[in-house]
Amino acid sequence: MALILDLFLQLIQMVLVVAIAPAVIGVTRKVKARLLRRVGPPVLQPYRDLWKLMHKEAVLADNASWIYRTAPYLIFAATWVAAALVPSYATGLLFSWSADLIAIVALLGTARFALALAGMDVGTAFGGIGSSREMMIASLAEPAMLLIVFTVALVAGTTQLSAVATVFSAGTAGLRVSLGLGLFAFLLVAIAENARIPIDNPATHLELTMVHEAMVLEYSGRHLAMIEAAAALKLVLYFSLIICLFMPFGIAGPGAGLSDYLLGIVAYLAKLLVLAVLLPISETTVAKMRVFRYPLFVGSAFAAAALAVFLLFVSKGF
Amino acid sequence: MTGIDLPAVTGLWCVAAFLGLAGLAVAAGPSKIATPLIYGGALVVAVVALGAALTCFLSSGPPWTLVLPIGLPGIGARFRIDALSAFFLVVVNLGAAVTSLYALGYGRHEETPARVLPFYGPFLAGMNLVVFADDAFTFLLAWEFMSLTSWAIVLARHRDPASGRAAFIYLVMASFGTLCLLLGFGLLAGPAGGYAFETIRLASHTPFTTTLAVVLALLGAGSKAGLVPLHVWLPLAHPAAPSHVSALLSGVMTKVGVYGFIRIVLDLAGPPNPWLGLVVLTLGGITATIGVLYALMQHDLKRLLAYHTVENIGIIFIGLGLTLAFRANGMNVAAALALTAALFHVFNHSIFKSLLFFGAGAVLAATGERDMEQLGGLIHRMPQTAVAFLIGCAAISALPPLNGFVSEWLTFQAILVSPDLPQWGLKLTVPAAGALLALSAALAAACFVKAFGVTFLGRPRSSAAKVANEVDTFSLTAMYLLAAICFLAGVLPGFVIDALSPVMAMLVGDTMPQQVAVPWLSIVPIAESRSSYNGLVILTFLIASGTMTAMVIHRFATRATRRSAIWDCGFPLDAPQTQYGSASFSMPIRRVFGTAVFSVHERIDMPRPGELRAGSFHLRVIDPAWRLAYGPIARAVTAASLSLNRLQFLTIRRYLTLVFCTLIALLVMVAAWR
Repeated sequence: MALILDLFLQLIQMVLVVAIAPAVIGVTRKVKARLLRRVGPPVLQPYRDLWKLMHKEAVLADNASWIYRTAPYLIFAATWVAAALVPSYATGLLFSWSADLIAIVALLGTARFALALAGMDVGTAFGGIGSSREMMIASLAEPAMLLIVFTVALVAGTTQLSAVATVFSAGTAGLRVSLGLGLFAFLLVAIAENARIPIDNPATHLELTMVHEAMVLEYSGRHLAMIEAAAALKLVLYFSLIICLFMPFGIAGPGAGLSDYLLGIVAYLAKLLVLAVLLPISETTVAKMRVFRYPLFVGSAFAAAALAVFLLFVSKGF
Repeated sequence: MTGIDLPAVTGLWCVAAFLGLAGLAVAAGPSKIATPLIYGGALVVAVVALGAALTCFLSSGPPWTLVLPIGLPGIGARFRIDALSAFFLVVVNLGAAVTSLYALGYGRHEETPARVLPFYGPFLAGMNLVVFADDAFTFLLAWEFMSLTSWAIVLARHRDPASGRAAFIYLVMASFGTLCLLLGFGLLAGPAGGYAFETIRLASHTPFTTTLAVVLALLGAGSKAGLVPLHVWLPLAHPAAPSHVSALLSGVMTKVGVYGFIRIVLDLAGPPNPWLGLVVLTLGGITATIGVLYALMQHDLKRLLAYHTVENIGIIFIGLGLTLAFRANGMNVAAALALTAALFHVFNHSIFKSLLFFGAGAVLAATGERDMEQLGGLIHRMPQTAVAFLIGCAAISALPPLNGFVSEWLTFQAILVSPDLPQWGLKLTVPAAGALLALSAALAAACFVKAFGVTFLGRPRSSAAKVANEVDTFSLTAMYLLAAICFLAGVLPGFVIDALSPVMAMLVGDTMPQQVAVPWLSIVPIAESRSSYNGLVILTFLIASGTMTAMVIHRFATRATRRSAIWDCGFPLDAPQTQYGSASFSMPIRRVFGTAVFSVHERIDMPRPGELRAGSFHLRVIDPAWRLAYGPIARAVTAASLSLNRLQFLTIRRYLTLVFCTLIALLVMVAAWR
């Protein structure tokens, strides 16, 4: 009976992140449009887009291989599994121990590997440029992310996300310099990894500066729907990580009752909404960068995270 | 008489059988049956040796020893199998067996089999003997034998000047390495000349001797393994050999180098200074990053793989450096974790690097090309090879749920224990090494997206790539065998970790927690509350959610598909050269790290408007190790030989004076010494 309940809680988490992801994208688009004094599409538009794409015929290039056809599903599955393992509304879910924070970062790496290969599959200049730049950004962002993981792990004494959330929500860790640097670095990494301004523009097309859109240029129909859904899920995953690591209050602990879980879900959704409003505000205040200035942007995340780790190696009090 | 007597003796007979294959190869001469005969024979012997090694490895008994009355007088040739050598025998013979299987098919493409076959068996025997050896003389003899036989194979295509140069540099570096090991063993044996490992182990060494011996071992074994800056021979020599031997050189022989280092430093030299851990850790971090950055710059597929070996050796040495640091501070459980990570990576790398070299060999056999700029689109012509190569790429890029991720994850876990180290220098070096490890892991993914993407995806860039055909069944079987091991070791790492625990018990005196007892086959390096990982659950979830999504969409939305021409934003260009190639793919990373790490020479020749000639772009990337480490040495040697040249043109009186003065100087020295 307990096992069934645990499975059910895990299932809620899996369904919740997938169900909410397009709405989060919708909110960011709406807020951004309002900031630019446009009306903007309805918040639920991304659901309609996905629905439409899923029912359309998929057009494949003549020389597309099986990698091109399977990659969207693999990307979606890897992102989904990673998102399902980040505690959102409750800690200690059934499968939370099967991957720690390092493994979650690596799972996103698996998704990126598949996406970059898919970008090169048809053999166009656009696909190659996207893959090449994506891997360059990733090769700087991923180490920064791992150093943030180190920071968190050294403060909390564990890389297990559930345990980290429990430690941080108890409030014993307190305010720390290292966590502040970690949060700063994490925000930069999250922007870079999710292809947002100033690194990449999710709304752009036919520009030589694009990265993510260039890789998926050839995609259409259900394959494109999967990739779009995975991108939305990835944004939710990074929001969930921010929530879980840096503002875990309201999360339901182990042995919680029904009301705690409901409260956890409400708190999670409220925090997602806050982040989904903050992101477009930051996006409208900065301009897109030149490609070869990315290393400065991601490099500062790396430097901040490295500083946090060094401080913690010097003394656990930082 | 111990429990592993029979398998150990069998293993030693297998060495003799490997040596015997040389005679068979000479006897068979240039006949057609020579290739299947030698590789088939090697396969049988290697499988027997692998069985014997596995039996020794999995049975936890006391070590087995044997003294043969050959070798140095009074010592004889000593052989021993303990947990450490049993593990490396498994690695060596697994590599040997799979390579022989692959070579049954690939060997047919060999241009000059008579230059490869006689040395193949002895090379395998040499690697086995290094691991068997239990005294310094046998060890060095086997080490040198291994070097020379592999040198002979590297020189197989001796008419190619590049091969000749690679072999020459390899020979120089191998001699340098052996010289360092010789001096190191000399120091450890002491003036009494106790060359048996048992004597060295029991003798008490002064801290100075230990330190010097460890440094010499680092130079000697490190040059064989490919530590920066001693790696320069490796990306030249490994690709020059036939592909199956490249797999052995990169996947297995570098591991024998690692074995030499572990044997001397962790077993023989006594308790080391914690600062040595710092040196090894720093070298490991630098090696990992430099190796992968240079791998990214290569457009020769085999040279890319060879440079990437340098990266993996760096990862292994990061683990070994952590082991040394932890052990010197009495943190034995952490040392066991770090050493497990290093040895797990030794195993993993021997698997996926062999797999990748086999794949490169298959591409070479099918197209005659190693240059990625001439390949592309091979996934359509060689679908089976592409799948196996892809699995190798994913595994070496440390992607879950494959095996490469597990060993890197364990290394990260070991790094996270290290704030408890007391030394300040170490406290500050470990996070730097951790950052370098993270950087090299991310760059490795970029490197293998490029390797796979440019070679197998896109459109063919040459007519050879357009008409390539799938390789033979032997080669494919060997590749799929290794790919399956990549999956198994990644999904069920607990069994590997448990099997390694006798090595930890022997070398650091403590082991990691028993993993088989953990529920759901997870692995838990320290404690469940701290970190755990379960590749099996991840794999199940990935497959389940991926197929479920695909099925739901196909069932309830649509599965209609249409083939059409490439869209490419409305401007598709027919020329395959407009695709992203090797140099263009790595250009952003070349720019980012260009000024700091590379000596890049770019030359663009752009015709002016109206001119009809073609534009060109030349790119030269030179390993700065040549300029920084070897340039001064070469210049010093040249200068010295030029100035000493005068000594060749003296009169007889002056020569006699020279001899006389030397004699006096030596006598004075002897007198002063007394």
